[in-house]
Parts: sequence; structure tokens; C-alpha cells
Amino acid sequence: MRLFRTIQLAFKSLLLHKLRSGLTMLGIVFGVFSVIAMLAIGEGASQQAQQQVLSLGATNIIIRSVKPPDDPAASQSSSGGRGGSVQRYGLTRADYKILEETIPNLTGSGLVPVRELNLEARRLGQVTSSRIVGCTADYLEMNHLAIAAGRFISDRDNFDMANTAVLAYGTAMSLFPIDNPIGQSIQIKGRAYRVVGVTQERTASAAVGGSLSGQDFNKDIYIPLSTLQSLLNSGDVFSRILPGSFSAESVIYNQITLQVSSIDVVERTAEVVRETLERTHDKKNDYDVVVPLELLRQAEQLRNIFNIVLGSVAGISLLVGGIGIMNIMLATVTERTREIGIRRALGARQRDIVNQFITETIALSGTGGLIGMAMGLSTPYVFAGGKWILKEFILDSSAAGSEMGKMFLGMEPVIAVWSLPVAFGFSVVTGLVFGVYPARAAAKLDPIEALRHT
Amino acid sequence: MKYAARLINLRKHYQLGDHEVQALRGVSLDIPEGDFLAIMGSSGSGKSTMLNLLGALDRPTSGQYLLRDRDVSEMTDDELSEARNSLIGFIFQSFNLIQQYTVLENIEVPLLYRSGTTSISAADRQKCLLLADRVGLTERLDHRPFQLSGGQQQRVAIARALVNDPTIILADEPTGNLDSATGEEIMRILTELHDEGRTIIMVTHEADVAANANRQIIMKDGVIASEGILPGNKRVRA
Ligand SMILES: Nc1ncnc2c1ncn2[C@@H]1O[C@H](COP(=O)(O)OP(=O)(O)OP(=O)(O)O)[C@@H](O)[C@H]1O
Ligand SMILES: [Mg+2]
Repeated sequence: MRLFRTIQLAFKSLLLHKLRSGLTMLGIVFGVFSVIAMLAIGEGASQQAQQQVLSLGATNIIIRSVKPPDDPAASQSSSGGRGGSVQRYGLTRADYKILEETIPNLTGSGLVPVRELNLEARRLGQVTSSRIVGCTADYLEMNHLAIAAGRFISDRDNFDMANTAVLAYGTAMSLFPIDNPIGQSIQIKGRAYRVVGVTQERTASAAVGGSLSGQDFNKDIYIPLSTLQSLLNSGDVFSRILPGSFSAESVIYNQITLQVSSIDVVERTAEVVRETLERTHDKKNDYDVVVPLELLRQAEQLRNIFNIVLGSVAGISLLVGGIGIMNIMLATVTERTREIGIRRALGARQRDIVNQFITETIALSGTGGLIGMAMGLSTPYVFAGGKWILKEFILDSSAAGSEMGKMFLGMEPVIAVWSLPVAFGFSVVTGLVFGVYPARAAAKLDPIEALRHT
Repeated sequence: MKYAARLINLRKHYQLGDHEVQALRGVSLDIPEGDFLAIMGSSGSGKSTMLNLLGALDRPTSGQYLLRDRDVSEMTDDELSEARNSLIGFIFQSFNLIQQYTVLENIEVPLLYRSGTTSISAADRQKCLLLADRVGLTERLDHRPFQLSGGQQQRVAIARALVNDPTIILADEPTGNLDSATGEEIMRILTELHDEGRTIIMVTHEADVAANANRQIIMKDGVIASEGILPGNKRVRA
């Protein structure tokens, strides 16, 4: 009851100078607001990163074939048949075999090799350029894809080198705008494939790490890996003739994905994979091991650094706000010297005066904190509004498509719940810290002199 | 006889650089309960200094001040505050109300600093309302000081001085800032309080204000120059 009354009376004193109190509060308001807003941006970014990484599979280890830098020594010539050079690089069947035999802790799905090609697919009058993914049955689960209709590529398909195809949602839409694709046939490089299934729509994952570019699963066509490999010239050679030369590339697998049994063994297993490949590839930089879990750790580390930087910025802004408050409270004490004398004459002890002024300072900073918190809560809406204005009125389509534009338009701030009490707590502490000195100055005034003050 | 306050050879010196101002140079005075004392004297004679000591706002340089048998010269700062709160009611020349508070809140201020009690009870509130009624401010409870006339402000101050039932009411030129008609009103209230048996000590320059008291002392150069009943005194105690 007493505390409530004290706070009520503190507000009465603050309301005596509304404008001044309001302006003083602004420092804290924006301090708290910026803390919450910036943490929300950081949190949003980190959640996005986490989702992307998790969509790659936290228990997965992804090995990608990478074209080595154009080093003539590295690109060994071999008989391409027509006198041109064939650049062989990347993951081989031997790699697959050795990984399959030596890597511990793998799940039932184990290893999923993938060969990708960008080719056109046709069906009656419709043509669409797609990523043809040669894969095995486990590909579906390992990439967190789901079937919308029909079924996925089966082990049987692979065994039979069957001409079956599963369309991603986007491909299905462009090749079969009106009719049901299941059971119909499509053409890829002159061969016909029977559509056995369609996968559900899925948002594209962003680029992760150096070698794993963003994947838009919606333009895929999945066929059995064995079928794809038989499609390739002489089994292995990718028949694309590189511009300006006769050289061709030979890649067996674009990617092998390993799934381990639990998160705990991911990093240990990844180490074994790296060592194994280092031995078999003999320092050739033609592959890259991407461990989503490590990326997750890196993202977390990045967020921690981000939080520390933001914390310092927030600390400085609250410090500035606090100094503003102290300044005003010192002026207030001088201005209210007589009031202090009156209170002392009526029986207030020094500590009552200290309490009064600290309560007033905290009421000021705490109110600022509350307002800042309310503003902080509106961050996602402010952002949504800002993005809308940018898109509608300011950025043209090319600017919106630029890296900066994409980065900003892609931001989805997520309010970190813990940041609310923390930011408010900081505002109160700021009031306390910067209120002590003025309050003590007030309490130390001599009652008689304070009363004489005009 | 019971004394509300006793001053025994009280001295108050101020050190101004290497120069010492002797504001009070040995004052002895007994103030029995129920007394109404007027302190007069020329400017600089030590009246306010004496009243500040009586009000426990300050400690004497030497000598003794017994307030209800307690020696004020020995008190700590907190004890002085407590004594001011419970034993003394102040009325100032310039009213000294708290500007941001209403009439009622101003009357309640001494209750905020009581020792032991943590909140203002319904009985306390009732008492404040009675005091406001007594000084004729029932209609003005929600007004702020700047909305009141000088006389009304001084009446708020009187109600405030009474709220903790003090032993002594101290008034430093209570009518100094008021016109004579309003001043007389204030003096009528003080006289009433005295008739109820309260002890009142008042500093004044004006003889006809001092004449309301039943005893007058005249200060000169930090000592009591003369004491007694002035000629033309309106109220001679039986
Ligand atoms: N804080 C102080 N420091 C130094 N000297 C002081 C202080 N307070 C009072 N004095 C001196 O003590 C003397 C008595 O002052 P006091 O205020 O008691 O006079 P007063 O009788 O109330 O005068 P007035 O009628 O003008 O109010 C004066 O000479 C004054 O200058
Ligand atoms: Mg004086």
C-alpha cells in the first residue's frame, strides 16, 4: 500500500513537468526499443538460418562434388573419344564404396548418392527446364520432401533402371497445367518416362556454406539414379561441351548424403569422412563436406557475437539515457530544494528523501522502459510496414532483387521473449543507478537552508 | 508544572570563515504546556535561529534543549526527524505547501513520515477530512496550492501542522504574507488551538499579532532582552 502510494506521488511530481519528463524518458524509450528490435532482427535471422540448416537435416553429412579451380595439372586428360580433354572430378563409385564400408554410425538410409543434370523436359506442347535428379528411394526422406500424389522412386525402379519419374510440384504445374500427371509420360532427351508421383510444394532453401547453393526443390524431376547414369554418354561423361573448347566433364555423383544415427555422432563421423576422402582424393580439392550441424553451430556463434555487439550498443544507449535522466534529476533537486526542506521539516528522514527521488527516477525510466517495450513489441509490424512501403514506392524490381534488397526484404524479426523483461529490467536499473547520486544530493541538503531557498 | 519545552543556556554559533556569528548567546526559557508565546525583536536578533532550534531543525552549539524531557542536543539526524514529525507542527510565513499535491495530500504529508505506521488508514483519512473541515477547506480538498488564496494556503498549513497531534506548534510570522483581515482569521484559529490546550510558539514583528499570545519575549543580539506581558495585551491569562 505504502509503495503504491509512493509511486503514485512520484508520478504526480513527474507530471508537474510533463514535457520535460517526456523528453527525458525518450532516451530510455529508444534505448529499450532498439534493444528489443535489434534482438528481434538477430533472433529472426538466426531462426531462419536454423530452419534452413535443419531442412538440410541435422543428422546429415553432405559431400558435394566441386569443380576444382582451373589448374591444368589437376585436370587430367583422358580419352574422351574425339581428342578433346575430359575433366574428371568429384565423387566416384570408389568413394561411395569406401564410405559405405568404412563409415560407422550410419542409419538404415545410410548413403544416398545423387547425380544432377539441368535438362529440358517436354510433354506435348509444354517445355520446362528442370533439374533432373538421379536418386534412390531414400532421397525423399533425407531431404524432408513429401509425396503429394502417387509414390516416389523405389529401389525396384533403380534395380530395373526403370524409366519412371517423380515430378516436383512446380514441374508438375508447368508440364500438366490442367490434367493429372500420374500415369502420363514426359520426354527427357528423347526418352520417355512415366510419371509415378508428385511431391508437395516446398519453400526453397537458401545457400549454405560455400558449395551448397540455394536449392529450389520445386523445379526438380526425380528419376532412378541408375537410369540417369545410363542416360549419360558412355555411362559417366556428362555430354555438355564446354564453350570454346572440346573439353568435357565427367562426374559420377554430384552429391552423396550420409545420414548418421544421432546428432551426438555427427561431428565425429564427419571427421572420419573427411579423413577418408582426404586419403582417397589425395589433396585434390574436388569435393566439399558440408555438415549442417556445424553450420548450425556457426550460426549460433554468429548470433552470440551479434548479441554481444547489440548488447554493447544497447548498453551505450541506456548509458546515454541514464546520463540524461541524472542531469534532469539534478536539476529537479535544485529546483525542488524548498520542497525537500518542507518535507524534512515535516519529519522526512534523509533516507525518505533518497527513496522519494530514487522512486521518481525509476518511475521515469521504468515508464520509458514500458513504452519502449510496447514499441519493441510492434517491431514485426513496423518491419512489415517498412517492407511494404519499400516494395511499393521506393525500390524498383531490380533494386528489390539485389542482394541488399533481398536481405532486407527477407528479414523476419522474431521477438525474443526474454528480451522484454531484460530490456525493462535494464531501464529500471538505469533509473536506480543514475538516480542514486541526485537523491543523495537531495537528502544531504541542510533542512534550514533548503527551507530558505526561494 | 509540566513543560512542553525547556531551553537551558542555549547557544548557537555560526562559523563564517574565520569569523564567528553568535546568533544565540545563552538563552534560558521554560515553556509550560498550554503556553502561547510570542517572540519579538528586531531583525537579526536571533528569533528564527531560536525557532529552528525549538523545531529540532538544528542542534544547539551548546546548552540544552529539552523537548518533552528528551534532550534534542543529543539527537541523531533520524531522531531529529522523528521528533519533528511527532512532536512539532510547523506553520511558515510563506505557507510552504507542496505545489504538486492537492489540499488533502498536503495535509497528509506528515503521515507519510510517521515511524512504525506504513500506510494511511481510513481513520487517518477521516482525521484529515475533519481537520480540513475545521479550517474551512472541505470544498477545496482537490485544489492545488496555486488555486488557493494566501489565507486558504495558510489554513492548509495549519491543518497539516495538526495532523500528527504535536506537542508544540511553531509559527514563524504566520501572518507576515497576509493582509490584516486574513491575518486576523489565522490568528483566530491559532487562538482557538491555544484555547484547546495546545502549546504555541510564534515569531512576529507585529505588536497586535503578538498581543494574541499570553506571553511575549523580546530578543536582542541573541539573548532575551525582556519578557512579560506587553502593554495593551488582549489576553491576560487568569
Ligand atoms: N546559517 C547561518 N550562517 C551564518 N549566520 C547566520 C545563519 N543563520 C543566521 N545567521 C545569523 O544569525 C543572526 C540571527 O539570525 P536570525 O535569522 O535568527 O534573525 P531573525 O531574528 O529571525 O531576523 P528576521 O527578523 O530578519 O527574520 C543574524 O546575524 C544572521 O546573519
Ligand atoms: Mg527570521
